[in-house]
Amino acid sequence: MTKKLSRRQLLTRATAIGCSLAASPLWTPMTFAQAPWDTRLVVIILRGGMDGLDVVRPMGDPAFAALRPGLKSDGALDLDGYFALHPALAGLMPLWRQQELSFVHAVSTPYRDKRSHFDGQDLLEAGTAELGDGTRDGWLNRLLQQMPGVARDTAYAIGTTPLPVLEGTAPVSNWAPEANLKISPQAMRLAAMVMEEDPALHAALAEAEMLAETEMDGKGGRAHHQIARYAASRLRGDARVAAFSLGGWDTHRVQHRVLPRSLGTLQDSILALKDGLGADVWGKTAILAMTEFGRTARENGAGGTDHGTGGLAILAGGAIKGGRVSTRWPGLAEVDLYERRDLMPTGDVRATAAWMLRGITGVNKDTLEASVFPGLDMGSDPGLLG
Amino acid sequence: MGFSPHLAERRFGYGASPEIAPPASVAAMLDNLRGEDVMARQFPIPGFRPLQDASIVKRRFDSFARKETTSSEQAAEARKKSDAIVHDFIRQRLRSFGQIQLRRIYGSDTFRERLVVFWADHFTAQGKAAMLKQAVPAYVEEAVRPHVTGRFADLLTACVIHPVMLEYLDQTTSIGPGSKRGQRKGNRRGLNENLARELLELHTLGVGSSYGQDDVRQMAELLTGMSRTRDYTFVFRKGWAEPGRETVLGKTYSDRKDMTPIRDALNDLAMHPDTARHLATKLAVHFVADTPPEELVARLTAAYLDSGGELMAFYEALLNDPLAWEMPATNMRPPLEYISTALRALAVPPDRIQALKPKETRRWFLGPLRIMGQDWLVPSGPDGWPEADGAWATPQGIAARLEWAMTVPSRLLGELPEPAEFLRSTVGPDAPEQLKFATAAAETRAVGIGLVLVSPALQRR
Repeated sequence: MTKKLSRRQLLTRATAIGCSLAASPLWTPMTFAQAPWDTRLVVIILRGGMDGLDVVRPMGDPAFAALRPGLKSDGALDLDGYFALHPALAGLMPLWRQQELSFVHAVSTPYRDKRSHFDGQDLLEAGTAELGDGTRDGWLNRLLQQMPGVARDTAYAIGTTPLPVLEGTAPVSNWAPEANLKISPQAMRLAAMVMEEDPALHAALAEAEMLAETEMDGKGGRAHHQIARYAASRLRGDARVAAFSLGGWDTHRVQHRVLPRSLGTLQDSILALKDGLGADVWGKTAILAMTEFGRTARENGAGGTDHGTGGLAILAGGAIKGGRVSTRWPGLAEVDLYERRDLMPTGDVRATAAWMLRGITGVNKDTLEASVFPGLDMGSDPGLLG
Repeated sequence: MGFSPHLAERRFGYGASPEIAPPASVAAMLDNLRGEDVMARQFPIPGFRPLQDASIVKRRFDSFARKETTSSEQAAEARKKSDAIVHDFIRQRLRSFGQIQLRRIYGSDTFRERLVVFWADHFTAQGKAAMLKQAVPAYVEEAVRPHVTGRFADLLTACVIHPVMLEYLDQTTSIGPGSKRGQRKGNRRGLNENLARELLELHTLGVGSSYGQDDVRQMAELLTGMSRTRDYTFVFRKGWAEPGRETVLGKTYSDRKDMTPIRDALNDLAMHPDTARHLATKLAVHFVADTPPEELVARLTAAYLDSGGELMAFYEALLNDPLAWEMPATNMRPPLEYISTALRALAVPPDRIQALKPKETRRWFLGPLRIMGQDWLVPSGPDGWPEADGAWATPQGIAARLEWAMTVPSRLLGELPEPAEFLRSTVGPDAPEQLKFATAAAETRAVGIGLVLVSPALQRR
């Protein structure tokens, strides 16, 4: 640089750079990608082990009441005469009635016996039959690896909690609404100038600026609101897959106080997605919420439940066949429990996920059983989608 | 271009410090490494023993709380005490974060700090249970740090038999099917191949090298018996060890009455040519470039094998290789290294770091690190953090670095340095014109400092 630029000239230039970034080939190819399929999939990982027996209660099972005398059972909302919904999910009853909410009960991953969150979540997200087989990617990423036409903005991992389910060689976008760039526009321009010599950093910064801007209407709110709104904003466009995590399910103590909070968060997230997607896109959206394991059939001495085995998957959205609880119910009599303590899993939750992927993307069954969920027997079509 | 003090700090350390002189030569860097580990003494981090002792006490409280005969008030009291023990160690882990930073800020031997990070990542291990989750800094301090200038075989052995690693890769549940324990009536546990597989794939030979599933299986059988006691002390349980000889990579190891055959196998793995090449490649990728020149990798491999697996031979070959200094600075600093580089440039005083409250450590460091993509001590698998620059130069990652660089330094220091002076002391007199201009054009000191910190000169090495 021979001639020193004045501050005003440089700032003007920096602004021009800022604008021309919008057309920069470094970060826009994603927006031109043709979305490879139309139905939207949202995967919510419920971390901590959700107590399926408390969320969708088998009121019709003669053994149920005696197992949990201390957990407050008041106000459960009848679903089908046998199962009843936890009252903290009352806000989802309209979806149930419109057949946009369903449940798959007594399902689990192949994980057994050690009941560690860490391993349980690893297996849930790896989608394999066992841990330690050298698999490094997640099942949702392996699906993307199989699909033609997948671009960076096809799938979003949202939030600061890592999502191994989406990790792998297929391109995925990550964004945490917490990374919301509160610095002044002038500082932003100067930062763009400083990074100009480094195309990769410069492009990342420009994309960050764009992502932060689309965070739009009603900024702020609690993290899960922001995440759901952000997911909806992406899915309204070219994104087809979004995944995020919700914690707070490890209810060892005072479950009647702790669980409603977590259920409230889940309910808010689903409703914020519905709201953010708009009727049209919501109509072609399927949400799958799954957890690493269920909890003990009996309540423990601290008004809670401990790590168990069989659990619950929650499905929502306009694209699913709602209004039902799918299960091969194992019963809760002591002899029917897994190791006389946990709800016996009668189905593999990976099969639930696999049939959803099949219905949404059209990927064939062989690929699902060989590559996405290696070694899984999907069984017959449970007809989860509408 | 060969050695320069500035590049030595940038590429092999945590960048320039306004207070600590850079190394004068390659010989000085190597002498530092051969000398005393000054930083470990000056900013100590407790080892594993206190945590082992405390976990025994915690377990007593836990089982007392669960007993039928315990009243509910007593149980609540016991649970409170058990929780307090865990909280003590959570605070301990957060203090370790500060100590680690101080070693990087005030070390004149920062190559050692980088090597500790490199090998700790190579031997990634995490605790799963409440107490063991807090143990990772102690694991690194005990199993990794003392061995980074010794023989690789010793480093390998120390890490592989450490209780944190044994737990992490499920070795503690692995039982030889033909062992006494395995033959016991009603036994449902069997062989677990996890540690054996990662030992071959990640720790030694490398993925895609010359071993097969049969080697993994035999290795897993060979490793049976390695376990831990209730207080997380390593123990060899003969009754869990699969009887008979095992053959791994064509070499047969005798029946196991003690650890000797396992130690032999680890020594053999350490000296395997595939291991040498795997380690040489990783070292070159980490310190030089994502795609390192083949000649460099070949020279490092040869130096390692010729020395009989001495890690110092690796470092000597690396630092004496012109390619290690000539390649352009393309590697992205991972988030934690990035933050340390900023703290060193800012010369944050020790008492400031040591006075950080847990809440501050979380808000100013651990939270931002998560957004940058590097949840401290929690990589997503045993293969550790990614090396690929693209993994870190993401929109979210760069936004979080920018946010951090412009807001956190002013909370750490009463008075920020003058930006132009800061630019000179960190990037040097050859700073790009645009950076000089932007720094001068900043509205506030905090923005000016932030701009220097996000410049490519500090993000890449």
